[in-house]
Amino acid sequence: MTDMQYDRAPGDASALPDVEQGTSSGLLVYTIGLALAVVLTAMSFWVANTSLLWIGGVSLGLTVLAIAQMGIHLVFFLHVTTGPDNTNNVMALAFGVLIVVLVVVGSLLIMADLNDNMMLPAELMNLHMQR
Amino acid sequence: MNLLGKLDWSAIPLDQPIIMGATGGMVLVIAVVLGWITLKGYVPYLWHEWITSVDHKRIGIMYIILALIMLLRGFADALMMRGQQAVAAGGAQGYLPPEHFDQIFSAHGTIMIFFMAMPFVIGMMNFAVPLQLGVRDMAFPTLNSVALGLTASGILLTNVSLGVGEFAKTGWVAYPPLSELQYSPGVGVDYYLWALQISGVGTLMTGINFVATILKTRAPGMSLMRMPVFCWTSLAANLLIVAAFPVLTATFAMLLLDRYLGFHFFTTDAGGNPMMYINLFWVWGHPEVYILVLPAFGIFSEVVSTFSGKPLFGYRSMVAATMAICVLSFFVWLHHFFTMGASANVNGFFGVMTMIIAVPTGVKVFNWLFTMYGGRIRFTVPILWSIGFMVTFVIGGMTGVLMAVPPADFQLHNSLFLIAHFHNVIIGGTVFGLMAGYNYWFPKAFGFKLDERWGRVSFWCWLIGFYVAFMPLYALGLMGMTRRMQHYDVASWQPWLVVAAVGVAIILVGIVAQVIQLVVSIRNREQLKVTADPWNGRTLEWATASPPPAWNFAALPQVADLDALWNRKQRERTQQTQAPKDRKFDPIEMPKNSATGFITAFFAVVTGFAMIWHIWWMAGLGAIGIFLTMLAFAFRDEEEVEIPAEQIARFEQAHQAEITA
Repeated sequence: MTDMQYDRAPGDASALPDVEQGTSSGLLVYTIGLALAVVLTAMSFWVANTSLLWIGGVSLGLTVLAIAQMGIHLVFFLHVTTGPDNTNNVMALAFGVLIVVLVVVGSLLIMADLNDNMMLPAELMNLHMQR
Repeated sequence: MNLLGKLDWSAIPLDQPIIMGATGGMVLVIAVVLGWITLKGYVPYLWHEWITSVDHKRIGIMYIILALIMLLRGFADALMMRGQQAVAAGGAQGYLPPEHFDQIFSAHGTIMIFFMAMPFVIGMMNFAVPLQLGVRDMAFPTLNSVALGLTASGILLTNVSLGVGEFAKTGWVAYPPLSELQYSPGVGVDYYLWALQISGVGTLMTGINFVATILKTRAPGMSLMRMPVFCWTSLAANLLIVAAFPVLTATFAMLLLDRYLGFHFFTTDAGGNPMMYINLFWVWGHPEVYILVLPAFGIFSEVVSTFSGKPLFGYRSMVAATMAICVLSFFVWLHHFFTMGASANVNGFFGVMTMIIAVPTGVKVFNWLFTMYGGRIRFTVPILWSIGFMVTFVIGGMTGVLMAVPPADFQLHNSLFLIAHFHNVIIGGTVFGLMAGYNYWFPKAFGFKLDERWGRVSFWCWLIGFYVAFMPLYALGLMGMTRRMQHYDVASWQPWLVVAAVGVAIILVGIVAQVIQLVVSIRNREQLKVTADPWNGRTLEWATASPPPAWNFAALPQVADLDALWNRKQRERTQQTQAPKDRKFDPIEMPKNSATGFITAFFAVVTGFAMIWHIWWMAGLGAIGIFLTMLAFAFRDEEEVEIPAEQIARFEQAHQAEITA
């Protein structure tokens, strides 16, 4: 907590030159983002339909492309960067990802555990057999 | 097709004297109040100054009024339950039939959590956070007003269920399969679900609004580590709201799909799984208790430091503990269903996490104790509540750690021990904190203090009443009494329950004392009048007039350190600096009043009521109404009004004259 350099209160003058602040917006950035997003989308369609790839690699390839797509959206459209004026957004994103992963993975694990633990053996499942 | 859906005259329980009496009384009170307001000609004043107001202070006060009214309603339920259990021993059935008793404990839980504690906490944050941050309003003022409207809509629907139809008989958690259509065919669960869906959307809006306000709009120079602790705890609570409430909304949406469209998310057949509801409910439910208690921790921090005349001990550790609780609260939810079939490894993990979360809470308790140590403590009503909290909450926390041990939980789960534990932390933590905050900030909100003597009476009655009411429940839990029993056969339980009923009666005296305190204070408001800083405060809310003007600060304060006002007062004392006589004031832009919140709330009630009773055309109309209201707001021409410099100068001169006089 000693490094207060970037903990800038609203209303304080910015420590950064204006040029640097303007880099993540503007028409050019959106155009690059759009182009990259379109290329990635096209590639996913290609990966899904091609026979060039080993069949087991298709789902892996699609996963990689999807993660890349998320990255493109975050950087070019939502302007989440590593810049110092972006700490709040990055922290919010990190917190959100943490919570979503926790809830989804936690729920899956818990439900699987409950199913394993509570499933009756086959002979007990058929209640008519118990008499 | 029936134009009124399931609604007909049989929905009104004319044969139930208790319900009809309560409904009649409620309708009568509302009619008398509305009639009095109309006759006195207060309607335009209320409309322009309060209902359409987007001022965070007024919205906060309205939240708190709602919460206090619902406290009375929820407490009436508590009285009836304690009365029933005190008499229904052996063969006796008491005076409440089972289906009515079931509705009462469900309504008590729902109301106290969602419609008493939540609005009270949100009201406190609304009132104090922008003032402490040194700003003029929330980031989204109209959204704030809409959120208030939606909360009020949920409250209204819950109260309508008393007279028209019924409320849920499922307990406040509404676990399936009991809450599924098959076992709860009535409208009770629908009332519960729609009231909470509507108010939940409002709460989510509040959460977003506060996160944006605290992170983006602070007075010049107020970096995060210069924020008062109450702002930090509010930030943590609202981050939790933003993360947790969507889970609740999604879970309820799935249950609604089950009930309305024959889905099978949580049914026992066709691939549904009721455990998924319980799992998701507590993913929201455990962070929710921290949403309630973290702002109360913030209030205690402010109160303890102010009335000890010392800076808060360990500000940084307090901030770190707050944020640690914020994250850890998402790691413990399984402890609500240790007994429902998880393996020992899973139970062990969540048991350990539950014990770990007690550590940052302990850090906080020690910080408050060290703040008081060596301080010159003024024993006002707010600090009494704080000390009462420290003792009570630690007991509640320790019984919580006890139950975090899974094998012990198998004995205590759903027993009255659990009931005693969570009332111990929610009353001892949240309610005591809110009462401390109510007494602490009242002079800021209205310009006069609350009566001390009646405040003390109220505190002691609450504290003693709490122990008399809930300590017997710990014993009963260990004796094996489960929760939610309409009657019981074990004669040896009865003495304990009679004692508990006496305890509730003592709390009732405390609540009556609070009402008297308010009435007496309003009558003696001239003697109790205060200026800006009645408590010798440390944070920025005490830097402006009491009550603060609509614009809060004529010029935004410059913040150079923690405890901004305290340090400024110290500097002024040492340097003998006087504010220049002829200060220049600039005109201030303030957000314009808006009826959007009220109209949205109206249509939300229409939609909710129509959905509950399956009146599809009316639900459609309500939804269109909400959409058109939003559209109209989006196309508004002017969103701000300018307050002229002369008006500000006049106010400031009058304020200065008042201080020097």
